[in-house]
Amino acid sequence: MSLNPMVLLEQLPGAISQGLIWGIMAIGVYITYKILDLADLTVDGSFCTGAAVCVVLIMKGYNVWIALVGAFCAGVLTGLVTGLLHTFFGISAILAGILTQLGLWSVNLAIMGKPNQSVSVNNYNLLVALRYLDDVKKGVRPFYNSPIFVVGIIVAVIIALLYWFFGTELGSAIRATGANPNMARAQGINTNVNKILGLMLSNGMVAFAGSLMAQYQNFADINMGRGAIVIGLAAVIIGEVLFSKIFRNFALKLLSVVFGSIIYFIVMQTVLWLNIDANYLKLFSAIVVAIALGAPYLRSKYFSSILQRKRGKSNA
Amino acid sequence: MLELNNIYKTFNPNTVNEKVALAGLSLTIKDGEFVTVIGGNGAGKSTMLNAVAGVFMVDQGKIMIDGNDVTRLEEHRRAKYIGRVFQDPMMGTAASMGIEENLALAHRRGQFRGLKWGITHKERQHYKELLSTLGLGLENRLTTKVGLLSGGQRQALTLLMASLKKPKLLLLDEHTAALDPKTAAKVLETTEEIVRRDKLTTLMITHNMRDAIAHGDRLVMLYEGKVAVDVDGEEKKKLTVEKLLEMFTTASGAFEADDKLLLA
Repeated sequence: MSLNPMVLLEQLPGAISQGLIWGIMAIGVYITYKILDLADLTVDGSFCTGAAVCVVLIMKGYNVWIALVGAFCAGVLTGLVTGLLHTFFGISAILAGILTQLGLWSVNLAIMGKPNQSVSVNNYNLLVALRYLDDVKKGVRPFYNSPIFVVGIIVAVIIALLYWFFGTELGSAIRATGANPNMARAQGINTNVNKILGLMLSNGMVAFAGSLMAQYQNFADINMGRGAIVIGLAAVIIGEVLFSKIFRNFALKLLSVVFGSIIYFIVMQTVLWLNIDANYLKLFSAIVVAIALGAPYLRSKYFSSILQRKRGKSNA
Repeated sequence: MLELNNIYKTFNPNTVNEKVALAGLSLTIKDGEFVTVIGGNGAGKSTMLNAVAGVFMVDQGKIMIDGNDVTRLEEHRRAKYIGRVFQDPMMGTAASMGIEENLALAHRRGQFRGLKWGITHKERQHYKELLSTLGLGLENRLTTKVGLLSGGQRQALTLLMASLKKPKLLLLDEHTAALDPKTAAKVLETTEEIVRRDKLTTLMITHNMRDAIAHGDRLVMLYEGKVAVDVDGEEKKKLTVEKLLEMFTTASGAFEADDKLLLA
């Protein structure tokens, strides 16, 4: 089979849509990983929780916006559980996240009633759907029904809201908690409460992204959040590596995370286009993230050894 | 203002690493008093300050600040009474946040933090004026990340933050120890200015006997978790290093006043 560049181009809108949706999830990861300095693995579970809650609410006939808000609130609760495990019970953040994630597997199954539930775009009025992408291309639907447009607006609103929130007194306190907990406590900031708030907000975003993803693909699946943390980290790191020099403002940093996510999905799409076995995608993601996480360390080690050698020479 | 009553604190109790840090420490400090604290390694200086700040709970005894019993109060709740500067310049400020953001955080010490904007235009002007009093040129670098400042600049900023919202009690934990001599002298000078200007009740730990004698209204020397020497008034003003060593030897009943204390 020959490689046709047109096929890749045709798949681009799909990759961008997915990248935008996962970009919201990656913003959630950014809040914990970058702002709070915690590695929160709850997201692998809460992504699916958002999807499950959304799909079940839509099936029960609720408005799609109510389903989205419901998904966000469910995500907030999962963050609360991890936050309490971490602060009140003193369990390390990573382990607390893993415990919540494991528990959520059963919870998600209970919410859906079976391992997957579908909401067909034929029977329900969805906000975003893969089908709309084609419809817009064919001219059956107006351009503002395109998932790229809809999710793009949502992303803009989310970034604006987060920019405002992290500029408030409370948001600043959360940032201080992540930047220097000792200093934060000395300034009368309850670091435990702020960590919990950050985890709640983060997982709310992740679940919200999960609910958009479920609509986009027309179903929720018990395994849909697996590896979400790696995708989120990949987006955060790609965004940072490519845009940190030009994007210094907080809102732009969040935007770079979303760009990172889009780039990630375009790369994945390209890998698939190259006819590489899809089973290797996760391995590929893991390797990319491992390299990206390890690079700064190796670089500092390498550069510092050069510096030492230079210093050694000048002393001699 | 501050009352420490028979405080005990043992670290790692019932293990080989057991360390009695405070052993029945009692100390009362009057409103507006500037007290320098001195003592050898392991005498309990930092432990005393951390006990007051609430970094850990004491095993026994009572801590009162401004008439309030704070013995069981958590660290962040006590913060409304206390301004702190740490030995490590990295510890008192958030490196990834701007100078004005750090000041704004300190400005709200002990207050409820809601959804109001984290820093107002009016505050900014105020911060500018305060920073210019430091004479470090920081007033023109309000949005600079604190991580880009030198150790001395960070300590001066932390000092400003600690006194921004007038604290009932200012705790300085060897805050010049990590600085080079010239910068240390400058920071100490700034300390003296701020403490006198705002008439702050202050506890300043120092490892330097001369500094302890040159500054403050009262000098307290700790030894094995208790107050060994306590001098104030005229006697403090006339104090010399030799005299202090002599007093210490008498008080501790040992020959511990070795050069470690002098040189440290």
